[in-house]
Amino acid sequence: MEVERRKLRQLSPVDQPRSPDELRVRQLRARDLLRDELAGQDLERHVEERVLTTTLERAQNWARSNAMWPATFGLACCAIEMMSMVGARYDTARYGAEVFRASPRQADMLILSGRVAIKMAPVIRRIYDQMLEPKWVLAMGACSSSGGMFANYAVVQGADKFVPVDIHIPGCPPRPEALMHGILKLQRQIQGQPDLGWRQRYNAIGTEEWSRRPPAGELTPHTGDAPSVGPPGPNGGGLR
Amino acid sequence: MPDAPGLELIAQELNEGFEGAVTSTYFEHGQGALVIDPERVLDVLGWLRDTPGQEYRFLSSLHCADYMPGEPRFGVHYELLCMQRVERLGVKAAVPDPGDGELPQVDSCTNLFPTAEFHEREVYDFFGIVFRGHPDLRRILMPEDYEGWPLRRDFPIGGEPVLFTHNEVETPGWWE
Amino acid sequence: MSASESAVGSGQSADQGSDLIGAAPVERTDALEGADREEELFTVNMGPHHPATHGVLRLVVTLEGEVVKELRPIVGYVHTGIEKSCEDNSYWKVIPFVERMDYLSYFFNMEAFCGVVERLIDLEIPDRAKYLRVIHLELNRIHSHLVWMATTCIDLGAISMFWYGFRERDKVLDLFEMSAGQRMHTRYFQVGGVFEDIPRGFEAKLRSFLAEMPSRLDQYEAILDRNEIFLRRTKNVGIVSRERMLELGITGPLLRAAGEPWDLRRVSPSLAYGDFDFNIPIGTVGDGYDRYRVRMQEIRESLRIVEQALDGLPEGPHIADERKFVLPPRDELATSMEALIHHFKLVTEGYRVPPGEAYYAIESPRGELGCFVVADGSAKPARVHIRDPSFVNLQSLREMSLDGYVADLIQNVAMLDPILGGIDR
Repeated sequence: MEVERRKLRQLSPVDQPRSPDELRVRQLRARDLLRDELAGQDLERHVEERVLTTTLERAQNWARSNAMWPATFGLACCAIEMMSMVGARYDTARYGAEVFRASPRQADMLILSGRVAIKMAPVIRRIYDQMLEPKWVLAMGACSSSGGMFANYAVVQGADKFVPVDIHIPGCPPRPEALMHGILKLQRQIQGQPDLGWRQRYNAIGTEEWSRRPPAGELTPHTGDAPSVGPPGPNGGGLR
Repeated sequence: MPDAPGLELIAQELNEGFEGAVTSTYFEHGQGALVIDPERVLDVLGWLRDTPGQEYRFLSSLHCADYMPGEPRFGVHYELLCMQRVERLGVKAAVPDPGDGELPQVDSCTNLFPTAEFHEREVYDFFGIVFRGHPDLRRILMPEDYEGWPLRRDFPIGGEPVLFTHNEVETPGWWE
Repeated sequence: MSASESAVGSGQSADQGSDLIGAAPVERTDALEGADREEELFTVNMGPHHPATHGVLRLVVTLEGEVVKELRPIVGYVHTGIEKSCEDNSYWKVIPFVERMDYLSYFFNMEAFCGVVERLIDLEIPDRAKYLRVIHLELNRIHSHLVWMATTCIDLGAISMFWYGFRERDKVLDLFEMSAGQRMHTRYFQVGGVFEDIPRGFEAKLRSFLAEMPSRLDQYEAILDRNEIFLRRTKNVGIVSRERMLELGITGPLLRAAGEPWDLRRVSPSLAYGDFDFNIPIGTVGDGYDRYRVRMQEIRESLRIVEQALDGLPEGPHIADERKFVLPPRDELATSMEALIHHFKLVTEGYRVPPGEAYYAIESPRGELGCFVVADGSAKPARVHIRDPSFVNLQSLREMSLDGYVADLIQNVAMLDPILGGIDR
């Protein structure tokens, strides 16, 4: 769940006239523009309001994130929900995933939808290697994120054992909306505004870090205020 | 399903035709099964398939169960179906474990029931039971070079400890 | 049809098989005797990653030009060790494992397992539970056939059917979400009945679905039934004789399309199937077109069954009252000590099934789905084996496709309706 929402770009002031006077000023400026009479500062401001300037990298990231073509990679049950996401009700085409490319050479996103068996792992690695940079991997569902409910000899306990995974999507199977949420998160990540993980967002430590107990004497009793700690230090952190 | 007396009749007729083929029968929950000597599999299945009046011509399933520590260790089950009378009959071949790393052997019934091809490969893959006379006995679901017979009871289930606090000892500091 | 291009482009080498993962070189079999020259044979790997293989099925195909001369399916790429995991979990926890096997017909997997455990403990489920189970099973059958139609038509090139099929499928999933809380893998069936009764709006929504679905089916049939391209692709393709199918152990729509009137819902009715009036569609020739027609008609028959079940839905408990195996209702936990103890024992340890073995088979959308359980008296099953229909039906692929074109091979795989989760378990 999002705590903060980031706007991708500021809405241009041109979109929102604030008062009738402002509108009149704009009309006069537009008339002058048409008569080729805008100059100097006026012209500069006019251009600023209408032309978006950015760095090449940001433009490139924006283009890449909004046109990610997934590879057809359905492994198991999550594949059906992935196909459902492509369907008419949850439509991924509006987010840029216009087609699912069969050839890995033409795809830039690999959605590992389903459990990864040990026989399939080298095949996935080969497909991943054949994809061209830039490429991203989504581990869809519990099985590809961590082995899921199958803690046995036949399932690789998490696809990130052999491919680098960008986004893990929980669920068994995740709803198509959950998968879309994951894709949108990946888009924001590519655009350079990654969503914060919960540790940064809540400035918190988890039970796993807590289990590595700090030496006695450094613990102060919990006063009931929100803990204000940074990431766990070399001694394991603790409530201060 | 042939009822309990019908099952006994079948067992009797089989033992008349083939000495000592059927060692016992059991009838529970409305289903009957014959327990046979694994060396006589082809005789029994052939008789059940071809004898007019029996005609169990459809093999629904061929599977195996590991009864360790009970003896004999493996039970290869054949689920037969007679479509005309809609009757199911189970045949269980009680296959002992030869020990010392040797693989138990049973005759393959692919000549009688061609559907058994994939089923027998699966039993071989998971239990290591070799079917003599199978056209293409190799692993079907595990990778071809896998070692071990996964569904045997003494094969460990595998997997990794899940990342909970009480497994901390085994997976320390995974977040770093 | 871009099948042959993508087959080569899936990244595997196309030599005589030495480089393929886990494959021995192709042996000379009888099928290859008639090939003109050995140099003209070309072994192609339609890898596990292929858009047309309905999951991770690997086919090693030996081609002479475009004609399939030899075919070997290699499976196991989504083998999950479900049967082994089942031995390690209590009976109640086995239900989600078994569900995820044949992942389009999850209710059927649950029914096979719950049915066999109910047989082992001789538990009779209440009538309302039987009817609810039938409703959900038939809805699942409709759902499975819709997805089949969608993916098959993509393989054949009629891509619009994908959108239509998934549009209807989402309606069925809405119904599942209403009754069970989840779209797929609902864990709705429990030993003794169903987990929860249906909520208040379910019947109305189901009736509206039943009202509009036949007209939708008419639309689909209008597109496909007499479509020249569809007929050319599917007519007289992939024919296997009825006797050969019985020898190979094929069941389900494939067998019925070949002309054998065998449907477990009719011949050995379990649950409440005996109460309903429905027909079994049978084909005549056994080609791809017959299989398509059989499945479309089965959707209609399933709609009829659901309607009859809904009309005749009896009142009563939705799960059996046997406290040794079934959780007590939650409101009793506050008042009754025994209920609390039962709940505790069932949740922590699970119920113990007396020693025995049983095999129970039902008719899933793909054929006979059987479940074999060995119980040893403890809370965990000693062996769970599922006889999956797709696993057995796959054996007919070779016979269907030999001496046909590669494009027909794609179509045969599609008409076979394999679900790799069931094949690989």
